[in-house]
Amino acid sequence: MWDYTEQVMDHFRNPRNVGKIEDADGVGQVGSLACGDALKLMFNVDEDDRISEVKFQTFGCASAIASSSALTEMIVGLTIEEALKVTNKDIADYLGGLPDEKMHCSVMGREALEAAVYNYRTGTSGDKILAGTIICHCFGVTEEEIERVTRENNLKTVEDVTHFCKAGGACGICKDDIQGVIDRVMAEVKVEESPEYEKPAKKMTIVEKIRLIEKTIDEEIRPILAKDNGGIDLIDVDGNKVVISFTGMCSGCNVAHFTMEGVVQAKLRKFVQEDLVVVEEKK
Amino acid sequence: MKNYYFDNNATSAVAPEVTEVMLPFFTKYWGNPSSIHEFGGQVGKYVRNARAQVADLINADPSEIVFTSCGTESDNAAIRGAVEAANCNVNLITSCVEHLAVLSLCRYLSAKEKISLAEIAVDGKGNLNLDEFKRELAKGPAVVSLMWANNETGVFFPIQKIAEMVKEAGSIMHTDAVQAIGKIEVDVQKTPVDLLALSGHKLHAPKGIGAMYVRKGTKLNSLLIGGHQEKNRRGGTENVPYIVGLGKACELAKAGIEDERTRVAALRDRLEAGILASCPDTTVNGDVNNRLPNTTNISFKYIEGESILYNLSDLGIAASSGSACTSGSLETSHVIRAMGIPFTSAHGSIRFSLSRYNESEDVEHVIANMPAIVERLREMSPFVD
Repeated sequence: MWDYTEQVMDHFRNPRNVGKIEDADGVGQVGSLACGDALKLMFNVDEDDRISEVKFQTFGCASAIASSSALTEMIVGLTIEEALKVTNKDIADYLGGLPDEKMHCSVMGREALEAAVYNYRTGTSGDKILAGTIICHCFGVTEEEIERVTRENNLKTVEDVTHFCKAGGACGICKDDIQGVIDRVMAEVKVEESPEYEKPAKKMTIVEKIRLIEKTIDEEIRPILAKDNGGIDLIDVDGNKVVISFTGMCSGCNVAHFTMEGVVQAKLRKFVQEDLVVVEEKK
Repeated sequence: MKNYYFDNNATSAVAPEVTEVMLPFFTKYWGNPSSIHEFGGQVGKYVRNARAQVADLINADPSEIVFTSCGTESDNAAIRGAVEAANCNVNLITSCVEHLAVLSLCRYLSAKEKISLAEIAVDGKGNLNLDEFKRELAKGPAVVSLMWANNETGVFFPIQKIAEMVKEAGSIMHTDAVQAIGKIEVDVQKTPVDLLALSGHKLHAPKGIGAMYVRKGTKLNSLLIGGHQEKNRRGGTENVPYIVGLGKACELAKAGIEDERTRVAALRDRLEAGILASCPDTTVNGDVNNRLPNTTNISFKYIEGESILYNLSDLGIAASSGSACTSGSLETSHVIRAMGIPFTSAHGSIRFSLSRYNESEDVEHVIANMPAIVERLREMSPFVD
């Protein structure tokens, strides 16, 4: 027995706007019989680009039906632009919350809405478009979708991602890839959150530039490498080329090129100069 | 609202007779049966009596019964105990539709001890692939664990034939008989299993008590290592009230087997026929000629199990589903998948499991309400035009 809110049970027992609109202005369908839930959303718009009528059909569990019903109530009367601002979290909040394992039902609602708007605007199929790299083959979830639910809902674990978009919920082979997406999003968030340093506005002398590079290596890069018992030495600066060498555990590490681009070059570009190229001197 | 209970393969009502015999062991006879003093020691004879009652249900010797805390513990103790007693120099053979108490454990042991594990497939009706089983059995000494009856579909594996083959091959035979015990006759004198697991709460005893049958001479390491209880086979002070309750439940079960075979089976058949006749696009999962008398597993095409269950629940009807949404696992049950049930039907599978407490009125209540539920959900489904 799920811990569904009264609102969820109300929308499940008395779903609003169930049915079909013949020749609807916008139609979007997501999910499939194979996935275990599916939602078809249909709407008409008036001359002011407002959603004047909306209907849905859902195959799925109580929370899938409730999420669909809630979505229709939320968007009727909104302009297309306003409706597109509805997030999966808004749908869940409207229902007083959903169990973690059921958050994907709210995501399905948001996806169906986007698909229907796509159909309305382009006249082409609004069924879920699998653009990009598929990460979870069991449920057909792309890297972009995983990245989006991770970012929008501030997800931290693979389990969270599974709850929100099902990815990783069947065979589980893609769990490492999902973790990769989470790591990337979290890293970006951290960079965005870190205080902005003023990049030197005026052209630096070569000495100023070398000093700033050394300072950045000292304060920004060495602490990161030290966590893996690694180190770094500055060998040379030639124009926009920075030559370094890794020491400790980083030297000979088979993923050092990731550290090179993801940490060393990224930090130096951020704090010193955007066109810097970092190369490693092999001993 | 009246409770129309059709989920007896999940858990069953505690029989009033069982509760009654248990109560004095909370209030009056709460001593430790291992004690020397009369106050504790007098309890021992009730434990002995219960052991005899359990043994009698499966035609075993009382010394071959070990009390445990549940079916899962019995399965763990049997399989792990047999594998460890063989110093892990065995193959593991099980099926892909076992209860997770067996399947997860076998996968764990296989990974941990580097033991070869074969999960034998089933066909579309849930029947075991015996050819594949024979091939695996021929590969060398094995601990075999196959269920007597499947919890989701009720389908029997041919345990008589399988146990004979396993003994012929000189291997160890365990059967998870949790769903079979109390519903059909099980006789360990006739069927040469070495180990067998049973659970109290599936046969009208409370949760928290189970038993394991260990044939005399079977080499078995203990799972719970501790005191000398259960002849060193299971440490831990005896759970006397529950043991007494399980004994009574087994006595009642033995007396009720005929009722299961005739009356309960007829109710199940009426329920199944009634639903199939009144709801279009419904199919029965599992071999209808080879299953428990109390179980039916019906798929309602194009609709989803959890929605059906909540609708039933609103009418006081308790059943269960193999749909993905009911478990939170996102996948339909491994049993339904192993049988290759198509997606159109898999998500809408509902299991009704009856017991001696069901009556004709319960069945008619379901039959009367099912069509409206199915129709309402299908009207909502994008897959039905």
